[in-house]
Amino acid sequence: MSAETLGSETAVERRKKLHAGLKQQYERMVEIRTIENNVNDLFASGVIHGTTHLCVGQEALDVGIALALERTDIVTATYRSHGIALALGMTPVEVMGEIMGKEVGCTGGVGGSMHLCDMSVGLLPTFAIVGAGYPVAAGAALAFQNLGQSHVALAMAGDGSTNIGAFHESLNLAAIWKLPVIFVVDNNVYGEYSRIETTTPIEDLHTRAASYDIPGIVVDGMDVRAVQAVVATAAKRARAGEGPSLIEAKTYRFSGHSRADTAPYRPEGELESWLDRDPLKVTRELILSEGVMSQIEIDQVTTDAENSVTELIGYLSTQSEPGLGSMFTNIWATENKVN
Amino acid sequence: MKMRMNQAIVSALADEMRSDPTVMLMGEDIGAAGGPFKTSEGLFEEFGPARVRDTPISEMGFTGAAVGASVLGLRPVVEIMFMEFLGVALDQLVTEAAKFRYLSAGQVHCPMVVRASVGSGLGFGCQHSQTLENWVTSTPGLKVVTLSGPQSAYDLMRSAIRDPDPVIVLEPRALYAGRAEVETGEQRIRPIGQANLIQTGTDLTLVAMGQTVQTAIKAVQMAGLSADVIDLATLVPWDKATVLNSVKKTGRLVVLEEAPESGGWGSQIVAAVTSELFGSLKTAPIRITTPNVPVPYGKELELKFLPTSEVVSETLKEYLETNKAPQPWWIREGFVK
Repeated sequence: MSAETLGSETAVERRKKLHAGLKQQYERMVEIRTIENNVNDLFASGVIHGTTHLCVGQEALDVGIALALERTDIVTATYRSHGIALALGMTPVEVMGEIMGKEVGCTGGVGGSMHLCDMSVGLLPTFAIVGAGYPVAAGAALAFQNLGQSHVALAMAGDGSTNIGAFHESLNLAAIWKLPVIFVVDNNVYGEYSRIETTTPIEDLHTRAASYDIPGIVVDGMDVRAVQAVVATAAKRARAGEGPSLIEAKTYRFSGHSRADTAPYRPEGELESWLDRDPLKVTRELILSEGVMSQIEIDQVTTDAENSVTELIGYLSTQSEPGLGSMFTNIWATENKVN
Repeated sequence: MKMRMNQAIVSALADEMRSDPTVMLMGEDIGAAGGPFKTSEGLFEEFGPARVRDTPISEMGFTGAAVGASVLGLRPVVEIMFMEFLGVALDQLVTEAAKFRYLSAGQVHCPMVVRASVGSGLGFGCQHSQTLENWVTSTPGLKVVTLSGPQSAYDLMRSAIRDPDPVIVLEPRALYAGRAEVETGEQRIRPIGQANLIQTGTDLTLVAMGQTVQTAIKAVQMAGLSADVIDLATLVPWDKATVLNSVKKTGRLVVLEEAPESGGWGSQIVAAVTSELFGSLKTAPIRITTPNVPVPYGKELELKFLPTSEVVSETLKEYLETNKAPQPWWIREGFVK
């Protein structure tokens, strides 16, 4: 990646590329991991301000979802969305540029880490309010239904979101209207600083689908192919007019909740046991067993990603911050209605 | 043709639905039942269940669904039966719909309408009688209008549906049954943000909104005054030019609000006028509001709560005679120190 080539690949091209095979899917997962690690370092060293929520450990879920959806489908996601944004195809420049508050970021630097959007690959502005994306995805699906389109909407959120009203109201609406929507709960065991059993009476969140008489499916969120398969099945069902599905992906948040959280509340050994199920490790094993790449080639993917991201950050550090005028734009259809 | 305000709303919704197949309605009992206040009567029969959707009692769900639907090509109109019910859905309006254009660098926007019945006067008690416009006026990205009668309802409803931004339409419940002549048709559609100068005069400028507009007209007549009476109609963005031009002429401003005194919308009007016209004012602008109390239920109490034409008339006369702000009745009569 050079300064000239940094922006040469569009989000749509990057989305298509995922379908080339396991190698490209692994490359995308490593790209996400490398960017997240660098984001963490840049926040820690004060280069970037504000807050951030890393998705380290959830890369297979993000890439699996991107693989199963059509580019014209719609996704709502959360403040932990750097991974799904990159997986759907958003370019490192528009994602990392936004996180760094630069004009080249996807919202021109007015949104920040929690607010990524690129409609060319179907990502609605990501939600910093837990559960807020569920009804919006249901509404997108309602539009597809009323307009006779065959697209689907997919809402992603964490385990904590299944305790908020928006989750239940959206599943209920989607069920009674048979909306073409897929609800994906990323059960990474922790809602902010709290382990799931302290906030939720059940550990298997997909069983909540029973209340709405819709399919509730559980999947290993560390396995990109398993995720792709269940999301594809749910999408097929939605497109056929059979209504919504609830998918629970079992994952683990390798990082703390947000920038300031080192997750001291985790039981000893829990992280270590989940690291054994690291989606990158799981995918590497698959690559080797299928002979997709050699160990040397696998190692090269990491080296290349590290070089690319170093170059990316170098490039972005020379980019300008948004001009003052940007905070007065895109509020209303007609600008500066300040009365 | 003569219509009640709820019929004018139905008429506006029907005309917009006929002219644009993407316009659709969501709300509780708005389908075959025709709406709790008969503001969708006949629409289910004409447009069917996909475009006139009965919802569960689930304001957050269907208001959020309107956000998503508006982004993907529909123009949803959501009915919130009582404005108070928006409390459980406020996130979707204030934090999502109002921010989508901004957080997408203009890639998406939310051409949606949220209709909510508001106001006191019908004995519904304090959880079903507030106006609550200040819940939504301090969020950049939302537009807010208030209906003041059948013609205003027809005009503003069609205009709100055509508007590319999320618009909240506040409907004073006590006005639904009021009848007046209504001109219908495309020519009634106008940009959101225009006040209506209802009558002109020289003594003072009286700015009202919603159900205080009729009170204002009557009060001016009772007091035998010559006044500009303005129906503000739109709170965000409010029509500063019309108000300033009027006060430049009269030199006196009175704002008549149904909202409680604290944090009411009139404060902004008074502040803007005072700042811009201070030297040319004949005296300090004043607000006539409701007291800082929950809306009471008892008949006599509720009557006293809302400023009546009599109270407004007396207040206007005193204001003109003394050039000072008259004390509100709850202070004069010793209920509040």
